[in-house]
Amino acid sequence: MQNISFSYEAIPAIRGLTLHIEEGDRIALLGANGSGKSTLLRILDALYFPSSGTVTFKGNALTEKQLQHDEFSLNFRRRVALVFQNPDVQLFNPTVFDEVAYAPLQLQWSKEDVIRRVQETLQVMSISHLRDRSPYRLSVGEKKRVALASVLVLDPEVLLLDEPTATLDPKSQSQVVDLIQQWKGTAKTVITATHQLEIVEDIADRVLVLEAGAVIAEGTPSEILSNTGLLLRANLIHAHRHFHDGIMHSHPHFHGHSPHEHEH
Amino acid sequence: MSRHSFLESTLQGFTRAVSKALQSEHAATQPGLLQQLDPRVRVLGIFALVISVILCRRLEAIAAILLVAIAIAVASRVSLASLAKRVWLVVLGFSGVIALPALFLTPGAPLFVLRYATLHLTITVQGVRTAVLLVLRVETAATLTTVLVLTTPWTHILKALRSLHLPAEIVIMLAMTHRYVFLLIETANQMFESRKSRTVGTLSSSELRKMTARTAGVLLSKSIELSQEVYLAMLSRGFRGEVRLLADFRLKARDYAGLTAFLFTGCVAVWMGR
Repeated sequence: MQNISFSYEAIPAIRGLTLHIEEGDRIALLGANGSGKSTLLRILDALYFPSSGTVTFKGNALTEKQLQHDEFSLNFRRRVALVFQNPDVQLFNPTVFDEVAYAPLQLQWSKEDVIRRVQETLQVMSISHLRDRSPYRLSVGEKKRVALASVLVLDPEVLLLDEPTATLDPKSQSQVVDLIQQWKGTAKTVITATHQLEIVEDIADRVLVLEAGAVIAEGTPSEILSNTGLLLRANLIHAHRHFHDGIMHSHPHFHGHSPHEHEH
Repeated sequence: MSRHSFLESTLQGFTRAVSKALQSEHAATQPGLLQQLDPRVRVLGIFALVISVILCRRLEAIAAILLVAIAIAVASRVSLASLAKRVWLVVLGFSGVIALPALFLTPGAPLFVLRYATLHLTITVQGVRTAVLLVLRVETAATLTTVLVLTTPWTHILKALRSLHLPAEIVIMLAMTHRYVFLLIETANQMFESRKSRTVGTLSSSELRKMTARTAGVLLSKSIELSQEVYLAMLSRGFRGEVRLLADFRLKARDYAGLTAFLFTGCVAVWMGR
């Protein structure tokens, strides 16, 4: 991805971003709402095309024209998969089984392969009991798992996750993180957009912090998470003000699973 | 009906519609006459009968097709009570209003004269026949299509329509409408509840109208946004404009027999009703 820019009409979302992703990278895109994380994932999934700059995948330029070729498109969709933030946009089939079978069917797999892979995926994701349910009637946590299953069924080489744990209760959140960790294969690349700092160390080896469509910092999870000034600037933590013995003081604060501690 | 209950009852009606639609998905999986046939045969056969209803000019022929439709419904385990509530009464209401003027406006032999002061309205035999013909035609067509929808999973109808060469764009529009109308109804419900929770006292009718219009506007923009997102999600999973399903449609002997029966019934009805 070389010097790319993208705008929603007149509003810039990505500005001159350059990024190199290797096979097997596990990357977290950190940023507050509106920082350009979701747009970047969509560009990586060739759903959006940058207004300037180039994106290449395994040496092939990702352009609208290129994606119109059946062979290239099917091959790319097989290897790169995106889980959307809102599972409702991804679940449009009458049953969970049909939902998980949707992508392999579009990619023209044989009927036998589709059935076998769907059954395996439902089992691995522990959602076999939901197979005949309508996705419309599932809980948010179940919908997220089905949405994940609907792309993991392809066993993609690159998995793009947009806020995979947003709006989930703590138990569902940890289940989804476990599923992402358990998802194993050869040289899998996982790129996760999130603003939930507590999951970063579990899902990534490398972190990019985005602000207003540009990368403002890059490093390992421990490097990034220990940089309070950076996290404050990127709106990923906030100054928490409260009283102790009648004296008000403030300290950086982020929301996680467990109660936080701090020194006075 | 109070002003508040109007909006509430409308939304409750929508919610009931969602619940009924989900029940329909359940009905489509029950064993029955239509359920055993290939979806393409069902779509083509029902379409042939609807065409024959349109072409028939005699009441008796249309009534015969309605009886056939009812027989198909019973054999396909569709509840007649549900048909009566969901189709017959509703259609009678709508088509009855449209057919009413025909009673008085169609020239012919007088059957009955309504007198009110100096106003004389003559109902003619031909007028009654025309009105009944219209209502019966709509009732029969609606019954046939409802039976098809209740006995066939929506995705199968779409694939059948596509294999019968309906343009992919139309099939996709139908698919998306069906899936996301539920989500939008839920959103409308939540928007209404949220607004209601922040409303103190009773709203005047003009305020209520404004609120409804604003809600409709917001819902429209949400639906446009949702449709764009859904399309991207489909593209991301390999969608290329074709509806592909796991169920592979293959015509069997009973499908040919079914199609022949449908076409034969339609042709006989048209011949009888010419």
